[in-house]
Amino acid sequence: MTMDADLVQKNFKVIGTRVRRPDGIDKVTGRARYGADASAPGQLVGLVLRSPYPHALIKKIDISKAEKLMGVKAVITSADLPDYTDGDRGMLDILENCMARKKALYDGHAVAAVAAIDAATARAALKLIKVDYEQLPHVTDVDEALKPDAPVLHDHIFTNGISPKPTKPSNFNTQCEYGHGDIEAGFKAADVIIEKSYKTEQTHQGYIEPHSCLASVSPDGSAEMWVCTQGHFVYRNQCAALLGLDANKLRVTASEIGGGFGGKTHIWAEPLALALSRKANRPVKLTMTREEVFRCTGPTSSTSIDVKIGAKKDGTITAAFAELRYHGGAFPSNWAEMGAQTAFACYDIKNVKTIGRDAVVNRPKTAAYRAPSAPMAAFAIENTVDEVAKTIGMDAIDFRIKNAAKEGTKSSYGPVYGPIGIGPTLHAAKHHPHMQAPLGKNTGRGMACGFWFNFGGQTCVDLNVTPDGTVTVAVGTIDVGGSRASIALAVAEELGVPYDAVRCIVADTSSLGHNDMTDGSRGTFSSSMAAIFAARNAITVLKDRAAATWEISAADVEWVDGHAHAKGVGHGNLAPLSLQDLAASAGNTGGPIAGHSEIVADNAGVSFGTHICDAHVDPETGKTTITRYTVIQDAGKAMHPAYVEGQYQGGAAQGIGWALNEEYIYGANGRLQNAGFLDYRIPVCSDLPFIDTQILEIPNPHHPYGVRGVGETPIVPPLAAVGIAIANATGVRMTHAPMSPPRILKAIKAAAK
Amino acid sequence: MSPKQIHLWGALRPMAGGASAILVEAQTIRELFRKLAQDYPAMEAHIKRGVAVSIDGKIYRDQWETLLPDDAEIYLMPRIPGG
Repeated sequence: MTMDADLVQKNFKVIGTRVRRPDGIDKVTGRARYGADASAPGQLVGLVLRSPYPHALIKKIDISKAEKLMGVKAVITSADLPDYTDGDRGMLDILENCMARKKALYDGHAVAAVAAIDAATARAALKLIKVDYEQLPHVTDVDEALKPDAPVLHDHIFTNGISPKPTKPSNFNTQCEYGHGDIEAGFKAADVIIEKSYKTEQTHQGYIEPHSCLASVSPDGSAEMWVCTQGHFVYRNQCAALLGLDANKLRVTASEIGGGFGGKTHIWAEPLALALSRKANRPVKLTMTREEVFRCTGPTSSTSIDVKIGAKKDGTITAAFAELRYHGGAFPSNWAEMGAQTAFACYDIKNVKTIGRDAVVNRPKTAAYRAPSAPMAAFAIENTVDEVAKTIGMDAIDFRIKNAAKEGTKSSYGPVYGPIGIGPTLHAAKHHPHMQAPLGKNTGRGMACGFWFNFGGQTCVDLNVTPDGTVTVAVGTIDVGGSRASIALAVAEELGVPYDAVRCIVADTSSLGHNDMTDGSRGTFSSSMAAIFAARNAITVLKDRAAATWEISAADVEWVDGHAHAKGVGHGNLAPLSLQDLAASAGNTGGPIAGHSEIVADNAGVSFGTHICDAHVDPETGKTTITRYTVIQDAGKAMHPAYVEGQYQGGAAQGIGWALNEEYIYGANGRLQNAGFLDYRIPVCSDLPFIDTQILEIPNPHHPYGVRGVGETPIVPPLAAVGIAIANATGVRMTHAPMSPPRILKAIKAAAK
Repeated sequence: MSPKQIHLWGALRPMAGGASAILVEAQTIRELFRKLAQDYPAMEAHIKRGVAVSIDGKIYRDQWETLLPDDAEIYLMPRIPGG
């Protein structure tokens, strides 16, 4: 049933309160069940053999000795994963990434897997598998991969988006272009032109919980899987397709999730666990080590970006250009395209052009990471914007305010904007006490803006009223950031009952219709919308039941504050019926009371944020310490403000780590050198100041309560905000992230010469 | 029904002879996609993979029944993933 998603003016009773999180006690006491906590009788241990080479032909795999080892119940290679993809190259890429077929394409690429009675036996079996490799030349740098003489990974990639289409395969899979106006004329009209090149290194989402799944395939062809994921319906659909199962035969239950940030939107080892279980006829648990998470799951792209911006002395940007080169790891992607779309989205520019070039390299397949592709583009663009402002002698915020996109602006990615929120975040930043606070020695302040497309998607909710009048809500979107609390708040608000009367759970794939995964900042936006509609449907049922009880017309019943009220002349003596009253008598009024909703939550609205950062740089060591940080962002309506603040703080913390320390380091042999948290350093609490937040609430007109997704935008500005703060602290513009102590020290010394 | 101007993002332009915008008679996103696949067969694969439609700046990815108003600005965009 289609319902009106438009904003309803409402005086909220529970929305906007900071209720206790429903998963809090279980998570802090260890009771919550994460991926590796699932167990089944007779389960086996699954382990994966991975390529030690970044690029190699697999000439032969001999599994005979491993299969004969006592305690080994199954050994699989790509031969156990036949190609059911029917010409769908995208699905074949997914299958090939899960298990190498003819070639190993990166250090860590799976080539075989075993299931054994215990980990020691499984490890011994891996050693007995003999793989005959023929090493091939490799390339891990995006600019090197795009050169004509680079080693070519795939013979089926012929660049899309350039004319004429090449006849020779290469690593350059796609070129795209966005923009409008005449940039040459725009640059001619400029008084100042700044042109710079930037690089950002590959980073991992760094979620604390490694990937884990338990798969159990029955001889009758039905299967179950318990898994840590951001989207168990998508995992169900893809695994079933790759294993040749009907989707309804594979029931997937999602665990609690110890972080995902985009990295758990792809399947990695799950098809292997299912294939092992099918072959062994036993449940198989496959849990990655941290090293495997780094080597073999999906970090973000490393990038190389050229930027040119021209402006008049009065601060008007006359032209802007960027070429953005990203990679998808070993498989084709469109990450540069998203960088090209988002790069100048914050600004109203008459002449603008971006070119995105996507490549493949011998690195693991890259995955989304929170506003994928936007932080790297913002690092390059915002640093250049800052330098243009400085060059013409204008305050950086005033420069941005002058050029900020607004309603009616033709966006750099094409369409004209409706009402948008970058202006309010900039004005809030300008007047924030942080901007006026004094700065210490060797400390600089930077500010930067960020943009992200939010989206909605397919969503389905079941609401059931229990016989005692409390309410259960089953959703299909994984709770990565507090959505269960927000959805329960929405249902409580709509039904007019206390928050504690509503409990929200994430249902398995056999209990609900398909749900898209929790990505694109859509979890709370779309599931709360579906939950509101489900509650409205339940209210219709409740009014019918009250009418039946009173033997009056349902048209004479209204629902107010959790009670049915008879309205109109003649019904004045009827005492209101509570939800509990109606639930208790449901068996005699038509049976269980429920509300359902199946929707596509479209038109989520774009999102902007502005961040302010103070950074102290030790001139002797190059070490940067963030001393103060403020995030300002529009939430539409913060259903649970503490969770919104948590999203703002989490995005900023991850962005600061990306800005200062985190990077994949590959050796000349193409092997990852730092696959662990000791050598790949994410920020911990002691590395960060308290991250201050300011939630702006400009209601989203396309959600009944005005809600806007908030999860991704907070990671977009930090790389730039930190970089600009460092530039102001040291007088040196860093063009390579992470801005680690050795890089900063080198830049300071070079500038001093 | 008069034809509507449909703006194309870069990847679709080669399939329309390099044009940045084309004219299509369509009342809904569904009708638009059907006619694009009919008149520009190479676009069908893109539509199957996912194309988003911006109507006056509002981005629709899935609601193919959405109306295309006569005076609206209509942009086709790639359907993007999120994190």
